[in-house]
Amino acid sequence: MWSLFARDIRLNIRAGGGALTGVIFFLAVIATIPFGVGPDLKLLSRIGPAILWIGALLSCLLGLDRLFQADREDGSLDLLVLGNDRHMLALTVLVKCLAHWAGSVLPLVVAAPLLGLFMNMEPLGIGATALTLLVGTPAITFIGAAGAAVAVALPRGGLLISVLVLPLTIPVLIFGVSASYGATADPDPFLQPFLILAALTLFLGVLGPASAALALRHGTD
Amino acid sequence: MRLIAEDLGGERGGEAVFSGIGFALDPGQALVVTGPNGSGKSTLLRIIAGLLPKAEGRLLLENGGDDFPSVASACHYLGHQNAMKTALSVAENLRFWRDFNGRGDSGVEEALETVGLGGIGHLPFGYLSTGQRRRAAIAKLLVSHRPLWLLDEPTAGLDKASEARFAGLMTKHCVAGGMIVAATHLPLGIEAAELRMGEATERLLQQGTPS
Repeated sequence: MWSLFARDIRLNIRAGGGALTGVIFFLAVIATIPFGVGPDLKLLSRIGPAILWIGALLSCLLGLDRLFQADREDGSLDLLVLGNDRHMLALTVLVKCLAHWAGSVLPLVVAAPLLGLFMNMEPLGIGATALTLLVGTPAITFIGAAGAAVAVALPRGGLLISVLVLPLTIPVLIFGVSASYGATADPDPFLQPFLILAALTLFLGVLGPASAALALRHGTD
Repeated sequence: MRLIAEDLGGERGGEAVFSGIGFALDPGQALVVTGPNGSGKSTLLRIIAGLLPKAEGRLLLENGGDDFPSVASACHYLGHQNAMKTALSVAENLRFWRDFNGRGDSGVEEALETVGLGGIGHLPFGYLSTGQRRRAAIAKLLVSHRPLWLLDEPTAGLDKASEARFAGLMTKHCVAGGMIVAATHLPLGIEAAELRMGEATERLLQQGTPS
């Protein structure tokens, strides 16, 4: 299993892996917002956490279509499915999700504090947003895996995955953003939405890979 | 260990491709599946591997023991694609499959030597020619042990010398108690029973003969 994780990470950072695509898209989204909204610093810092979360969410969806498609095109997916008796397929999917998260989504979390400065956010807000992103983004990858598994046979499945997955990511977005606000705006609670966010990640960490494995088993042709 | 197929039928997109296929394979036996394009050779192999659901019939592996409870766990599947990543080096690819599928009789370097690719393990897989890629994929069969090899057009792209070398590998695998089911148009150069798809799918064919 560790070898699968290492392989996917290595593929991600090698030529054509697209590890930085998400970060650059994230940067593009956040950098254009102040130009669109105008130089109202108060407004920017107020909408900052929400914009960071939306940017990160969209960037997460960007690379998901390649999660299984690349393996399907070169025949590796067949062999991963065949390995079901040794490595449960859901576990294989979970490892692939974790590798995808570590390779493509973790850079977003790392970049988020820097991009928070663009939004004139205060240090506490930046820290809280980065923390909620760290805890919440795996959930998006796990749901995304289910979408990617369903659309694995479609040559242009990227958009379909986004449409399938986006409604399911809304709870993650809501609790992520409300926890980020909770850290700065005083009457709002931080801990409760943050714990719900963590629970969502754990819940989807089981549900996402299990349903993706089911889709992959029945999607081979 | 014994692989048995009875009255096997396969379909593609709701259309029956073949039906009534039966064979039994004992350790040391090989079965070559031949037939015209579209007769269902690849479909049969994928059904045996469990990658496609069978439309009818029975397929089972007897006496697989704890190591090989199902056909899928006992087989190496070499399909049309090589299942190797072009961005990784040949050795990295093989090392991954060796770690993932379990260690076999030969190490990565040794397997590459066996297929005649010694000394190029450090090259990215994408730099290899078609025949070399196929040989690297064949090396994948050697780095992990599986008693049953399912080979789909295994010699596509290989030159004469490599074909002969691969025939030697297959014979060695059979002598060691392995089983092979290969779909091909070309003679593989091994002793094997033949299963003709297409015109004679209804006929229960001659069972495997020991090699």
